[in-house]
Amino acid sequence: MGAKTLYDKLWESHIVRENDDGTSLLYIDRQLIHEVTSPQAFEGLRMANRKPWKLSANLATPDHNVPTSHREQGIVDPIAKLQVDTLDQNCDLFNITEFKMDDIRQGIVHVISPEQGATLPGMTLVCGDSHTSTHGAFGTLAFGIGTSEVEHVLATQCLIQKKSKNMLVQVDGQLNPGITAKDVILAIIGKIGTAGGTGYAIEFAGEAIRSFSMEGRMTLSNMAIEAGARAGMIAVDDTTIKYVKNRPYAPQAEVWDKAVIYWQGFHSDTDAHFDKVVSLDATEIKHQVTWGTSPEMTMAIDETIPDPAKEADLVKSSGMQAALDYMGLTAGTPINEVAVDVVFIGSCTNSRIEDMRAAANIAKGNKVASNIKQALVVPGSGLIKQQAEQEGLDQIFIDAGFEWRDPGCSMCLAMNADRLESGERCASTSNRNFEGRQGQGGRTHLVSPAMAAAAAIKGHFVNSNELGSQ
Amino acid sequence: MEKFTKITAIAMPLDRVNVDTDAIIPKQFLKSIHKSGFGPNLFDEWRYLDQGEPGMDNTNRPLNQNFILNKSRYQGSQILLARDNFGCGSSREHAPWALEDYGFRVIIAPSFADIFYNNCFKNGLLPIILAEEIVDQLFNLTVANEGFQLSVDLAEQKITSAMESITFSTDFELDQFRRHCLLEGLDEIGLTLEHADDIRAYESIQKEITPWLF
Ligand code: SF4
Repeated sequence: MGAKTLYDKLWESHIVRENDDGTSLLYIDRQLIHEVTSPQAFEGLRMANRKPWKLSANLATPDHNVPTSHREQGIVDPIAKLQVDTLDQNCDLFNITEFKMDDIRQGIVHVISPEQGATLPGMTLVCGDSHTSTHGAFGTLAFGIGTSEVEHVLATQCLIQKKSKNMLVQVDGQLNPGITAKDVILAIIGKIGTAGGTGYAIEFAGEAIRSFSMEGRMTLSNMAIEAGARAGMIAVDDTTIKYVKNRPYAPQAEVWDKAVIYWQGFHSDTDAHFDKVVSLDATEIKHQVTWGTSPEMTMAIDETIPDPAKEADLVKSSGMQAALDYMGLTAGTPINEVAVDVVFIGSCTNSRIEDMRAAANIAKGNKVASNIKQALVVPGSGLIKQQAEQEGLDQIFIDAGFEWRDPGCSMCLAMNADRLESGERCASTSNRNFEGRQGQGGRTHLVSPAMAAAAAIKGHFVNSNELGSQ
Repeated sequence: MEKFTKITAIAMPLDRVNVDTDAIIPKQFLKSIHKSGFGPNLFDEWRYLDQGEPGMDNTNRPLNQNFILNKSRYQGSQILLARDNFGCGSSREHAPWALEDYGFRVIIAPSFADIFYNNCFKNGLLPIILAEEIVDQLFNLTVANEGFQLSVDLAEQKITSAMESITFSTDFELDQFRRHCLLEGLDEIGLTLEHADDIRAYESIQKEITPWLF
């Protein structure tokens, strides 16, 4: 009974009190705030005459609505502008730290917080955004919440929560060359399904997971929500601690040493009990491309589009047919013959420096194919943009015919001007391929940054190992 | 959240079943960055003859005089009489925000949609479920008697006629925890703040263990 999972430890170390009805009052160490889900929460605070409980716990930035080009002209869309201005005003009024649009540290919330060391192991972290699971990569309990809960955390630093069940996703063995965290998480979702993790907190473990950098681990945890789990997490190890060291918000000097000792306890005990265990063999995972309108509809690059007629389950079969109709695809077509119109490299899943490098490696010395209408590269933060430019990656992209943009969510959800036209097919490094996600009638295929860059160069999906240097 | 004790007000009969949240507050108003100010757009599509958009001056819009909300005899009403499955549809908290902002404090119906029912309590609204025959009786009394007022007493869990010439009285049921929250004017945040000492105690222990978080 003594052995605990990583999730158990994170949960138990944050209980303020347990209620009779099985819920707990959970302490929240960090809240990230963006412009879309926060205005009513701030207004609620004002109307009730309340103040934030702990100012330093909050960090804000605009990301969903910000333009990714011609920033100097400001935001043209009045509704987007109002939301961003409101965030600025609220943060000024309540004294909350915000990286505004002209700050080099501005970017996608889930990118900037780890970058600043504001995401730390062993903490609880929330944000009014479902992809908050990203931060679980640090051995952090991180999950998305609604607007009422944003206000609740602002006012009390706590949330009333019920504990989830424990799930272990174990990926053993070594990955083949060119296979990335994106391919692994898509393969996992393909196996367990988009509701497979509902009601669970997922821990990702195994040799393949350990081998990932923090960037890769964040890509993985980011999409835990796409498997239905509100939280996904990975145990703390040397890779985690090395990444956090010397970041602006990380502890320094003696406090740092104390923190490291504390953080090292955040892993599952050897005999810890999991309610569900799923295993994957890393050696079998290939380059993934989604073919449908749900992240679980994924396939390997050397396969053909699946045939709904061969699916015995009638509900599933008709779902597959509807997805193929929406996507404009025919069963039996090899996916590497499918032509692409637009390429999007960015989002909180894949917009970090490693992602930029992986895509640039493919783009280098090549040209974007003539059938590609637009190929966008949108770094996740101003600092990533700056670093990529110092490494000369921007020039590689520009020379190849990609557009090099300013940081934000961009075409991940098409709330700003970056969006697909109806019927356009996009190779995207984002996390959701739902109908209309990237623009009404747009068709999204989720892939890794290398695969997206390769699709841009060839004009159709292709195994990225055929391009670039390994 | 405002405390709820006893309210005496005109009741307004909205004689439709399955009134959904999109009817209560149409989707174009969700772009708002506010929690208040939805009142003028409550039941927008039924209430006005033109198409409502956010930012419009609602005072000059043509009114649908047939809609109950626009009838002079029901002005100042704080009690909405409704039919089955009130508040169905999406989970938007904007629906109770709009009803509350307009001035309603009580909604009486034979049944409510689940999420809407929950959302009401978070926003100081009291949804009351009564048997179909009793709701019918209330509809009849309200329509037949101009200026008919009801008293809703939460502490006593009683609804009575506030007009001497009319006798009406009924008890109603609700969850005791929710009754407590409304009576005390506690929202979930208020409730958590009742444990402020526990939160502070937790923080002072954690300051020792994880000083870098404070
Ligand atoms: S990049 Fe996309 S998924 Fe991530 S926070 Fe922005 S909109 Fe959400």
